[in-house]
Amino acid sequence: MTEENNIIVVKDLVKKFGSFVANDNLNFEVGKGEIFGFLGANGAGKTTTIKILSGLSKPTSGQATVAGFDVSRETDKVKRNIGYMSQKFSLYDDMTVKENFRFYGGIYGLSRKDITDKTASLLEKLDMLDQKDMLLKKIPLGWKQKLAFSVAVMHDPAVVFLDEPTGGVDPITRRQFWEMIYEKADEGITVFVTTHYMDEAEYCERVSIMAEGKIEALDTPRMLKKQFGVKTMDEVFVKIARGN
Amino acid sequence: MDNGRSMSVRVKIDGLNKNFEKVEALKNIKLEILPNELFGFIGPDGAGKTTLFRLITSLLLPNSGSIYVDDLNCEVDFKQVRNIVGYMPGRFSLYYDLTVEENLNFYASIFKTTLKENYHLIKDVYEQIEPFKKRKAGDLSGGMKQKLALSCALIHKPKLLILDEPTTGVDAVSRREFWELLKKMQKTGITILVSTPYMDEASLCDRVALMQKGEVLAIDKPINIVNDYHGDLWQVSTNNMNKLVSHMEGLDKRITQVFRFGETVHCTTMDIEESIVDEIIVEGLKKLNHDKIKIDRAHPQIEDCFLSLMVDNN
Repeated sequence: MTEENNIIVVKDLVKKFGSFVANDNLNFEVGKGEIFGFLGANGAGKTTTIKILSGLSKPTSGQATVAGFDVSRETDKVKRNIGYMSQKFSLYDDMTVKENFRFYGGIYGLSRKDITDKTASLLEKLDMLDQKDMLLKKIPLGWKQKLAFSVAVMHDPAVVFLDEPTGGVDPITRRQFWEMIYEKADEGITVFVTTHYMDEAEYCERVSIMAEGKIEALDTPRMLKKQFGVKTMDEVFVKIARGN
Repeated sequence: MDNGRSMSVRVKIDGLNKNFEKVEALKNIKLEILPNELFGFIGPDGAGKTTLFRLITSLLLPNSGSIYVDDLNCEVDFKQVRNIVGYMPGRFSLYYDLTVEENLNFYASIFKTTLKENYHLIKDVYEQIEPFKKRKAGDLSGGMKQKLALSCALIHKPKLLILDEPTTGVDAVSRREFWELLKKMQKTGITILVSTPYMDEASLCDRVALMQKGEVLAIDKPINIVNDYHGDLWQVSTNNMNKLVSHMEGLDKRITQVFRFGETVHCTTMDIEESIVDEIIVEGLKKLNHDKIKIDRAHPQIEDCFLSLMVDNN
């Protein structure tokens, strides 16, 4: 992987809250179009890192660039080049499907024409053109998650951050969701994803596992399983998070 | 007996329907939970798990059908039912401005008891958060909130403990610890109902109901559900995993179900002799330029069963 191909570069990143070290000297890179799994126990420091990489929080020391922009000095440019979705915060229930697209498209600074074109093509792909004027709250959860993902990538960002995107979603929809992720990664969008489903860790090209603010392991799922001498990512995770 | 829970309760649900305007949240649910059982309701969001729990706890009224906790009718005898039920809702019912200890004392006083009197009931859970008893509940981590909420649900010595998605959003390690805790609780004689969207947690229950869109797809011991799997299950991997699902779906009509499953693809075959699997699948995939093809028999997991029940149901 060459330097230019790295969309996320994190170097000696430290974030402290008072005396508490939330991110303890992180170093890693993520390549263009890579699906990168960012795992760790609750409280390991994942959210802190995601906030820094999306320009919402400044590192205490060290550097990080996203799409070539420095996350502490060029926060506006960082924000323009990323997409974000999570299970909890995504779309507005009291707006229609189309209005949600228009709203986010506006925030991302897309032209009126781009918004119209993108909305049509993304909805067509989801086979949801007929639902475009429905209020979001009337849409079943699984479809909502797919919509939220489409909205998060409608401005063709360099990176999309997915924070537990499939929580509570049924197993079929969960798999369809991953098909969408693959498709976007194929188009060159870098996917940075957190999940508590360990089978989904297997769908990532590389996976990092955090414990107590440090990245304790980073490799392909295959190599991680080999390194820890186990058969599943679940076992890898338990070994690292339990610290033995 | 030793802890006053010698009489653990039975829950009997019959012909239960619940609608919210036009939405049928629960459709004709019939099931019985045995005394001292650890019973799991497994299903995604929208399956009706929370609605069912709210009906059992008498917080909602059904459109038709009945729920009995022993001989108490949840509609008529709701006051008695509420006294013997401990309920931990999906979103923690904690008071964030109160400390850990204050939350517990508050819940204890509602049920006219004290933390001191029933300390032994919650000891296993509570001692893990006791060092932080002066901390406000709002300042606890997710895992600690979960333990405090469980302590609050147990403080009045309930005979029936109802936990709505206690492990959702919780990491794989903390989830394991929580289930170990539930097993301990069960040994005190209590009946436990727990819901979860994580299919892998089904195997930790005595019996489970698999739920989807307000319906029960199956009720049984996890091992029986897995053993009843219809068809032969195979795990397949090749050098082109991203295309494998779509390629396999088109190979043969007798391949009934193909889903990505961790690092392999699970595929189900009907009426195909073991000896010709190679011919159909391996040869078929080779023609589609797959290489390094590996195919082995696989043991079905609850998620395989759920997927197959979902497909049948749609």
